[in-house]
Amino acid sequence: MSVNDKIVSDLVANKVEFVTTVPCKQLAGVIDKIEQSKDIYHIPSNKEDEGMGLCAGAYMGGKRPAIIMQNTAIGVTVNTLVTLTQYYRMPLPMLISYRGELGEPVACQVEMAVHTKALLAQLNIPTYHFHHEDDVNELDAILKYTFMCNKPVAILTDATFWKGY
Amino acid sequence: MIRSEVLKQLIPVISNHFVVCNIGLPSQEMHMLDDQPTSFYMLGTMGLSSSIGLGLALAQKQKVISIDGDGSVLTNFGTLPTIANNVADNFILLIIDNGSYGSTGDQPTYAGKKTSLTAVAKACGCENVVECQAEEAAATVQAALDSDKMTIIVCKCESGNVKVPVITMDPVVIRDRFMKELQARNG
Repeated sequence: MSVNDKIVSDLVANKVEFVTTVPCKQLAGVIDKIEQSKDIYHIPSNKEDEGMGLCAGAYMGGKRPAIIMQNTAIGVTVNTLVTLTQYYRMPLPMLISYRGELGEPVACQVEMAVHTKALLAQLNIPTYHFHHEDDVNELDAILKYTFMCNKPVAILTDATFWKGY
Repeated sequence: MIRSEVLKQLIPVISNHFVVCNIGLPSQEMHMLDDQPTSFYMLGTMGLSSSIGLGLALAQKQKVISIDGDGSVLTNFGTLPTIANNVADNFILLIIDNGSYGSTGDQPTYAGKKTSLTAVAKACGCENVVECQAEEAAATVQAALDSDKMTIIVCKCESGNVKVPVITMDPVVIRDRFMKELQARNG
């Protein structure tokens, strides 16, 4: 099973039925699989804070949500994570492409990469980092953990994990 | 007619429906006028009332009314294409357009100048966009509820505020009460 298939299959197995995405080159494959999945309502959003609003609504409506986005989005969504997702105690798995790590060709991406983990730590967001392909085997447990504790949880996926792009 | 008078007029129409209420004075006014378990009050997060409401409407079958403001829609402009392209016929977006950022001291918005949110919503692809005057708000929302079609209402009213207390309810209590009522209605 490919990494992309494994991610979608774990989302479906954990009853995640509502997924919003803001694209990243590294995430193109998984976004395609999400779009193809008959078990998931895929709603692309124009900005990640908008996506978190959609996810908050879906959660209150009884559907487990997830957001797929780039790490640059952490800079966009601090207020939403704090005053909506965390303040109202809502679960939100965030599958994040960790741009700006080893193998990155675009220098500007490094500027956000150096702040990514520090920001997540400052926000008390549980954070997991997928570096080797086998790390994807933890996704199922991370999803269960997220819906157990009702918190936003970050899964950073770097270029080595995606085998370049 | 100012926003608080529009909301007062709307209460008989929306009281029994699920309402996502915008940050600041709109939530505080709704809470003071007619606190209901069907109300989700936003205590923070400027701009996301329409997004929360759309997500909620797409996830289940009860009707959802997002009460938004012109300033908030301008803050989260990307919401209108998302709404247009993800039609939920149980969703109404009511934009109370007083041409100002009411909660922060009535600073003018661009919606009160050259920018028409009605025209923007149509340009974004929203199919049922209705502009009404403050006095027509209740009848317009009732007609949208009766139509069973996703509707965007831009309700023009005057700028101005009344004194209202802040909401001291805990956010988790607001959310839990709202979710339990929704689950009960959805059986």
